[in-house]
Amino acid sequence: MATIVVDGRPYEADPARNLLDVCLSHKLDLPYFCWHPAMGSVGACRQCAVKQFKDENDTRGRLVMACMTPAADGARFSIADPEAKAFRASVIEWLMLNHPHDCPVCDEGSECHLQDMTVMTGHNERRFRFPKRSYVNQDLGPFVNHEMNRCIQCYRCVRFYRDYAGGADLDVFGVHDGLYFGRAGDGTLESEYAGNLVEVCPTGVFTDKTLKRHYARKWDLQTAPSICVHCSLGCNVIPGERAGELRRIRNRYNREINGHFLCDRGRYGYEFVNDERRVRRALAPHGPDRSADPLDPNEAIARVAPLLAGRVVGIGSPRASLEANFALQTLVGPDRFFQGISTRDKRLVDTALALLREGPSRAPTLHEVERADAVLVLGEDAPNTAPRLALALRQTAGVVPRQAVAGIPRWHDNAVRELIQDAKTPIYLATPVATRIDDLARRGQHAPPEEIARLGFAVAHALNADAPPVGGLAPEVAALAEEIAGVLRAAERPVVVTGTSCGSEAVLRAAAQVAWACGAGLCCVLPECNSMGLALLGGGSLDDAARALSDGDTLIVLENDLYERTTAADALLARAGHVVVVDHLAHATGARAHTLLPAGTFAESDGTLVNNEGRAQRFFQVFAPSGHSIRESWRWLRDVMNAAGRAEAAGWHALDDVIAALAAARPDLAGVRDAAPSAAWRFAGNKVARLPHRATGRTALHADRSVHEPRAVPDPDAPFNFSMEGAGVELPLPAALVPRFWSPGWNSEQALHRFQEEVEGPLRGGTPGVRLVAPGAGPIPWWRDPPGPFRRREGEWRVVPLHHVFGSDPLSMLSPGVAQRAPAPYVALAPADALGAAVVVTGEGFAATLPVRVLPELTPGTAGLPVGLVGPLPAVVEVKPA
Amino acid sequence: MWSALRTIWRVFLHLFEKKPTIEYPEVKPKLPPRYRGRIVLTRDPDGLERCVACYLCSAACPVDCIALQMAEAPDGRRYPAFFRINFSRCIFCGFCEEACPTYAIQLTPDFEMSEYRRGAMVYEKEDLTVDGQGKYPGYNFYRVAGLAIAGKGKGEAEGERAPIDVRGLLP
Repeated sequence: MATIVVDGRPYEADPARNLLDVCLSHKLDLPYFCWHPAMGSVGACRQCAVKQFKDENDTRGRLVMACMTPAADGARFSIADPEAKAFRASVIEWLMLNHPHDCPVCDEGSECHLQDMTVMTGHNERRFRFPKRSYVNQDLGPFVNHEMNRCIQCYRCVRFYRDYAGGADLDVFGVHDGLYFGRAGDGTLESEYAGNLVEVCPTGVFTDKTLKRHYARKWDLQTAPSICVHCSLGCNVIPGERAGELRRIRNRYNREINGHFLCDRGRYGYEFVNDERRVRRALAPHGPDRSADPLDPNEAIARVAPLLAGRVVGIGSPRASLEANFALQTLVGPDRFFQGISTRDKRLVDTALALLREGPSRAPTLHEVERADAVLVLGEDAPNTAPRLALALRQTAGVVPRQAVAGIPRWHDNAVRELIQDAKTPIYLATPVATRIDDLARRGQHAPPEEIARLGFAVAHALNADAPPVGGLAPEVAALAEEIAGVLRAAERPVVVTGTSCGSEAVLRAAAQVAWACGAGLCCVLPECNSMGLALLGGGSLDDAARALSDGDTLIVLENDLYERTTAADALLARAGHVVVVDHLAHATGARAHTLLPAGTFAESDGTLVNNEGRAQRFFQVFAPSGHSIRESWRWLRDVMNAAGRAEAAGWHALDDVIAALAAARPDLAGVRDAAPSAAWRFAGNKVARLPHRATGRTALHADRSVHEPRAVPDPDAPFNFSMEGAGVELPLPAALVPRFWSPGWNSEQALHRFQEEVEGPLRGGTPGVRLVAPGAGPIPWWRDPPGPFRRREGEWRVVPLHHVFGSDPLSMLSPGVAQRAPAPYVALAPADALGAAVVVTGEGFAATLPVRVLPELTPGTAGLPVGLVGPLPAVVEVKPA
Repeated sequence: MWSALRTIWRVFLHLFEKKPTIEYPEVKPKLPPRYRGRIVLTRDPDGLERCVACYLCSAACPVDCIALQMAEAPDGRRYPAFFRINFSRCIFCGFCEEACPTYAIQLTPDFEMSEYRRGAMVYEKEDLTVDGQGKYPGYNFYRVAGLAIAGKGKGEAEGERAPIDVRGLLP
């Protein structure tokens, strides 16, 4: 550690960091624009100027840019120096020369970094009398709004979009003072990370287009810490609500998982919460037209409770919280609780969990993936199944060349990029079809899952002779395996990435085998947000449920649409005597329900989700839904149990009671308790306020209905108030309870450094969440049965599930923008198999006429079908000309 | 005795002084234009809504009695989908008028707002909007803002140059 002197006071500093970074880590106010904690320094905006002095006798000093100056031991700086202050004020004044008179109609207002920095430097009057520059905007698609007049040319957008996220269609055009940041022409931004421009842009050039449709200022948004429900990574998010409507999702920094960035599915997939297809009242549909009068909640409970005297079968869901699934498991008993996923999916997830638990390899966090020095991706199309992981892999690509850079500090982003050019960390990809991160791969293979698994087993054998060999490998595959093995052996922090998306257990086992053979981390992507939690909880598949269900039994379906999971849903539902569906959306299963109970979405309930690394994370209720009907799934199940006179749930008054019951019933899951502080947590006797202290309209928002202010809804489940009253974010809250990033003078999300131990460090008090899955300590459970090679069978096509970031997740598909970006149903075939523009695809109860998409890399004899767009996928199909 | 007579005399003299009492409501008081009474929403010189729903008035309001929701019209103008002032809470401090960047919200010298029902003190946009420009005639926010609306494209605002030609390479 070095010591630097700023304005006469000594500060501890890491000499490997730059001065701006150190000043912000010490919570000193120093304005900046182009520097970004995740993207380093380029020194483009000249805003962070400070005075540097040679020694204590130097009184004149010289102006330096803090972001381009190392915090060397003994260096002396001044932020408050009058000349430095005047310089910074001038820079802002220059930037504001052309800034339009837009603040009242700008969506960035209330969280604008440019506003904050302008106030910080004290600039308040435009002295320049000449006309302002103007630009024509572009239509950038359904997610991002473009307003180029507001640009201050900090280059953050292109640095993020091109350098950090690997996008190609956003660039800077033009010359001198006419620089233009946009696309070559109008059109949707192609990158699935484009939504981050909204947070990266320090002013209002790029703003959230979905927010604009129901705009609210940041100071009006009710927020709580939450977890994204659109994939298995468990990114931390901040949903914002006003007047009963979820308005937007923002990133919640978690160093170990999502860092500063989200994918667009996570950011824009929230609109199902406001959707018209929401179930908002308890219903008892009857008659041929399934018409239904709303039921009072107590009537609905009274309707379901007597059914508990008979046999009840429960079907859980990988998109419901651990607590909701546990409540159902308690209600029906562990023997009659089923996971609500197909046998194939269950086998895949169970295999993944077993590999992580029994083998010696640990599941790396995304932050650890970003620091890996060699990566093998086996079978997983990460940009589509876990986009944030693909973004992490893009950072991994720079790790090894950056390590080799000597004499240039790591934060000196442009210089480092110039020096390393196209050098990359060795990354090897083996996937069924091309992915959007193929450009990162040193070499790769596009092959059917069996062949991918065989490559993996061969790599494992080359690394460790204890792993079984693979017979009959093609010489080029054997050579590739040797090459990969050599790279992984030499690596210090290798990572193997795999997942369930290609539908093959053999691929999972092969990936684990490689990880075990070289001591690598095993990053395993799972299908849904709580797949891991459900696998930990146990329970059979939907086929097991069909076997356990006797005619006339009561069937309780929790937050699940069985028609998405199996073609046998009709038969299953028809056999049940009474179908109770607890869900927040009206879907095909709900249409078959005898009683439909309205559940809360992730934004209207609290609970725990377990992500793909086995980290249990708590999401907190953001707002209290209007009316009295919508309640958390576990509350409905509790009320039914209590009404039926069952003793198990008698003491479940709040979420903590359910968690305590879960911990008592399942000691291996007791860690869930520590995922976040309990509802009893207080700061000086106060809960945390969900609303900012500046929230407006308290005495007018509801005044059209009643001039009497509604009482704040009590919240027994969480240490939060649905109100402005309580502890604010300026207090040292535990990281799991930080509802938004804001600090006096720092209204934008750039306030983040006030919540971190140091810039890019963990949040104050440590990263939230608890790991429930630990590697096994026993001998390595080698898999001794590698699959045989893929052989084409006449008249049979092996189905390769193809995932789409927009399209494969049914919840996000209810967002109009996401649906717009989703592809139309299709079947992908190899050029040799393409029998025409459209083909008839049949097999295992699946039948559809689909347009053909020709994929050159696809192996003949395999057919790619899009997940989530054509219903449950069969394993094998027949393709005939239409 | 003398003191009592003097007092009576003085009271008598008051009969001939100018009366400060105004016979309200028969006689209306003359209030200056900047008196802080009933709040109105004004229109711009083209007769269109001035309010752009920026939420600054509601943020400035110390009693949180203003609520609104921004919406965007097809022509690009922003407007409040609803705009509600709960006058039973309003303290007529005028902060909203000071905060308003478009001169839309203005306080007027009207103070006669008594009602028997508190609900009747809740004014919606239709109740608040007046036809004129109020105290600040001539100001049209969209004429000076950079935002393009129908009839005013980029570079056509006051004090704006024509849009940059990105493909031009001339210095």
